Amino acid sequence: MDTTNTTADLKSATMDADTHSAHYHTKSEVPTQLPPLGPDMRPLWPPKVDILMTVLFGIAVFSMPIWLQPFGAAYPDLMQRFAIFGIFAIGFNILFGLTGYLSFGHAAFLGIGSYAAVWSFKLLSLNVVPAIILSVLIAGVFAAAIGYVSLRRSGIYFSILTLAFAQMCYNLAYSVLTPITNGETGLRVLRNDPRVLDALVGSSEVAIPRASFFGISMTGMAGFWACAVCLMIAFYIALRITRSPFGMMLRGIKSNQTRMAYVGFNTRPYTLVAFIVSGMYAGLAGALLAVVDPLAGAERMQWTASGEVVLMTILGGAGTLLGPFIGAVLIKYFENIFSALGHTTLSDAFSFLPDGVREFAVSIVSPFVGEGWHLTLGVLFVLVVIFLPGGLAEGFRRIGRMFRGGNKSETSS
Amino acid sequence: MTKFERPSRRGFLQGTAIAGATLAVPTFFTRGAWAQANFCNAPKGASVVLGFNVPQTGSYADEGADELRAYQLAVKHLNGEGDGGMLNTMKPSNLKGNGILGKKVEYVTGDTQTKSDAARASARRMIEKDGVIMFGGGSSSGVAIAQQSLAQEIGVVYMCGLTHSNDTTGKDKRRYGFRHFFNAYMSGEALGPVLAEVMGKDRRAYHLTADYTWGWTQEESIKNATEALGWETAQTVRTPLGAGDFSQYLTPVLNSGADVLILNHYGNDMVNSLTQAVQFGMRDKQVNGKQFEIVVPLYSELMAEGAGEAVKGIFGTSNWDWKLTDEGTAAFTKSFGQEYGRPPSQAAHTCYVQTLLYANAAETAGTFYPPEVIKALEGFEFDGMGNGPTLYRADDHQCFKDVLVVRGKENPSSQFDLLEVYKVVPRDQVTYKADIFGGELGPYEVAGCAA
Amino acid sequence: MDAILLQVLNGLDKGGAYALIALGLTLTFGTLGVVNFAHGALFMLGAFCAVGLQEVLTLSVRVRDESITFFEAYKEEPYLVLWFGDTGAAIIDWVVPLSVLVTIPLMLLIGVAFERGLIRFFYKRPHAEQILVTFGLAIVIQELIKAGFGANPIPISAPEIARGSADIGAMLGLSGVLTYPWWRLIYLASSLFIIGGVFAFLNLTTYGMVVRAGMADRETVQLLGINIQRRFTVVFGLAAVVAGLAGALYTPILTPNYHIGMDFLVLSFVVVVVGGMGSLGGAVLAGFLLGILQSFASLNEVKSILPGIDQIIIYLVAVVVLLARPRGLLGRRGVMEA
Repeated sequence: MDTTNTTADLKSATMDADTHSAHYHTKSEVPTQLPPLGPDMRPLWPPKVDILMTVLFGIAVFSMPIWLQPFGAAYPDLMQRFAIFGIFAIGFNILFGLTGYLSFGHAAFLGIGSYAAVWSFKLLSLNVVPAIILSVLIAGVFAAAIGYVSLRRSGIYFSILTLAFAQMCYNLAYSVLTPITNGETGLRVLRNDPRVLDALVGSSEVAIPRASFFGISMTGMAGFWACAVCLMIAFYIALRITRSPFGMMLRGIKSNQTRMAYVGFNTRPYTLVAFIVSGMYAGLAGALLAVVDPLAGAERMQWTASGEVVLMTILGGAGTLLGPFIGAVLIKYFENIFSALGHTTLSDAFSFLPDGVREFAVSIVSPFVGEGWHLTLGVLFVLVVIFLPGGLAEGFRRIGRMFRGGNKSETSS
Repeated sequence: MTKFERPSRRGFLQGTAIAGATLAVPTFFTRGAWAQANFCNAPKGASVVLGFNVPQTGSYADEGADELRAYQLAVKHLNGEGDGGMLNTMKPSNLKGNGILGKKVEYVTGDTQTKSDAARASARRMIEKDGVIMFGGGSSSGVAIAQQSLAQEIGVVYMCGLTHSNDTTGKDKRRYGFRHFFNAYMSGEALGPVLAEVMGKDRRAYHLTADYTWGWTQEESIKNATEALGWETAQTVRTPLGAGDFSQYLTPVLNSGADVLILNHYGNDMVNSLTQAVQFGMRDKQVNGKQFEIVVPLYSELMAEGAGEAVKGIFGTSNWDWKLTDEGTAAFTKSFGQEYGRPPSQAAHTCYVQTLLYANAAETAGTFYPPEVIKALEGFEFDGMGNGPTLYRADDHQCFKDVLVVRGKENPSSQFDLLEVYKVVPRDQVTYKADIFGGELGPYEVAGCAA
Repeated sequence: MDAILLQVLNGLDKGGAYALIALGLTLTFGTLGVVNFAHGALFMLGAFCAVGLQEVLTLSVRVRDESITFFEAYKEEPYLVLWFGDTGAAIIDWVVPLSVLVTIPLMLLIGVAFERGLIRFFYKRPHAEQILVTFGLAIVIQELIKAGFGANPIPISAPEIARGSADIGAMLGLSGVLTYPWWRLIYLASSLFIIGGVFAFLNLTTYGMVVRAGMADRETVQLLGINIQRRFTVVFGLAAVVAGLAGALYTPILTPNYHIGMDFLVLSFVVVVVGGMGSLGGAVLAGFLLGILQSFASLNEVKSILPGIDQIIIYLVAVVVLLARPRGLLGRRGVMEA
């Protein structure tokens, strides 16, 4: 899918220029030719192809209720989560995948988006449209502020700065900001909230307050369709960004920022825009979380939640378009399905084996499921980073290449 | 190191099958007149699925494991396997030991991670995919309140696990949520007089409080209860959740003129703050001519285990203790002990009882239709479940029963014998008016997951 | 006055732990150029060395517990006590100091195994990937410990004689009550001792001096025919030992459970960047400074002016330092200054 060779890209990626020691190691490896800026500056693909891709992606997403059935994942809540965290990861990839800036604080924007959406449900209207607009904007404002400060540094310093900001948001939201966030319990929509816009049209009285899209309640499958539509739009925008001159610029920054600066580009505005865009994606994801389930908890801002989106992106393949989405699906699947598997389920699953062998198989597998699902995740993650630095997307590409019999040509879909 | 048997979850596969069925049901035809017949997750086959949502990761994972053990035992007993446990001692009881309403009980489990978000996601999986008719469990008030709201929105009954905040059955109470566990207010009412009796009425208390909702409600309840008995409150200090090292909060206590330290902490925070307070020599200090004392208003066996030596002689309250001598406790402890080789914790007890109570209510109502089950639970007066005569109050879905004041044992005879029951405070003394915390239960009929 | 002195002590004590962790982190970064997100896990492993030793020492026979009548329960009597009586009990009592003897070789082994088995393949990869692989590794270690020891914290106490408090007021000739737990004083002293040891090793031994030379200019040292890589492996082991000791000795203060490593991880990174990436002295200084700062920010007097300040002080300091002086307090000019 992706146009450049991700492995090489990652290997030479940026953070080397600013470290003395890595500098020693990689001196000889820094690519000696300029990134091919010239001819590639025009969009590589006519929009028609983009639209085709988006449609294909859309078909895959909208048919999830069918093809996820055999995996036991075709129920609304999990599919909503696939779509929402897909958006989050795709947005994160715009920053990390394209520019190489590793943010460890993106969950803060997700949380901010959720809080903004719930407040919109409480004060304005249960309609999702104002909530989504509001939370994307507010997340964008926060991203602009935090990004402006954090982007003054790069490499690990940038990571630590974003981490610090996100942790401050989380700690305050959990404790002293409880009047705004409702702390531990999480901010909820209540029956007696004002909802001024709804009151204007005379419909602020509801038995159970639920987010709705002009009368269509956003629970169950309706919620999933809404998330899926947002995911498609988000995917298309990400696609356009990647293909645009702006996207090429960001890649240029990734492969060598210093050189970009020498050529005369001021890179800061570009990275800042990327940061804001990805923050807005996170805000959108946060808003959707609140749309399908009107509760905003502080835990979704914790640094481990930021770490999770990093895991998703890397697992799927940073810098690719589909990778982050695949990663998001995989991790959410683990969290929800693997965590519910137990000893007996395994025995049933291995029932085709003879007794002794079955017990052995169960005892091997059982530490990795149920309460051990974190372990599986960790192992999988380590393996991917070691053997597939380009993530699962690279894995698929390698398999594809194998089938085409050593065809060395670029596999850009 | 103790190794436990892994939970058996035979219901899982069936659950998966049901998920397909639920999903296939179009979403519009379950309103109005059909509601009674076709409510959310109405059990269709020969079995009924319950959802047990407990922390499996994070710091409460061991407590979650104990809750799960209790749930499995409850399911066994409901299905007529094993020795029946409290099925034999509960009165009045409509339970027959043949499942619920003749349907075999199966169950699915989930991981709350002790996070509101994750707990709701997991609960929704149970409801949407596994088709549970009731779900329960959990080890924190935030999680309980979040799940209870979800229960109300979707129309599936939630039977709270361990949750101690006043809000659960106070300002955040819900028609679809029920709590058997006691709360911070009751802790204050039960503990206050005992403290006054043991430590005297002329005391100055210093509160260290976990800086989140549960901590605040407990601080308030204990403060009110002790001040009503003549104590002064020297200072209340909020500590960040998971602070680890509490030394910077503990040292000012020594010079504040206070002679009692009240630790409104739970979980790891409680283990660490108590251990460290003892290390700072607070147990052997004399202030204002009196022995310095430490109080931990909410105790749990696992935390007592974690704090080790430090709990000796420390007062607190508890919902239940396996060393009580009534027949309900004896029956439950016996079957739990035989099954797992250790006595049950209070978290396990409350989860076990909640499951039985739900099952009994469904039997009484003669249907799984939630509004009817809820009505059967509301105002239900029962006995023989280890807490003496107990009332499930209709106004706020809070159980009223005796509260235990417990004390860390000086010479424990075994690793399970860390707390001793100092006093059983009668139910009348901890009963309060339902309206003091505000809140609103909400409607019986909700559009539910089918809407 | 007493209150201030006590808070300084608290800060130093906390700072001791921070400094030790940050010191190890800086060592790995300075020598190998690796950003190790599994360093917190090494701290946790150290703590569990002590816990593990306690488990071994208290290996017990199961005795029928007559006090429980509801079901057949057993209590445990440690073999050591059975065989050696009071001597056995004393050995169990001294488990934390004894655990040092176990922690050092074990952590050295674990550290070297890490470096040879995994980290060395990542020298030439970008920092982002180093962070990611070590982060994954940290999750794996943490989950393995949970599988083995459970999630509940496991109490472990200091030896009987170090459990009380020292009357510092009297020692320093101050009036007023000023007591501080013995074990915390011991912890402070041992952290200073370990820090001193590491500095002595690097500055006074030839081996250490070569390592430092390698940190400054790896290629030249290699050209001189020295296998600097092997020495760096040893340094990684050393860093693991330092983190492990910090963890093992901290167990009586902070009841260990499987995720204390993650709790300390973020913090230790903040300490390292505040001190200056790659600066050993900076790590130590920043550790103590941040510890003291955190102690004072927790005072009620401060919190009444700035509510919630104790929750964010560490991060706030990190932000300010990174913006105002990106190389950190003692970082060299030009090193990681971006």
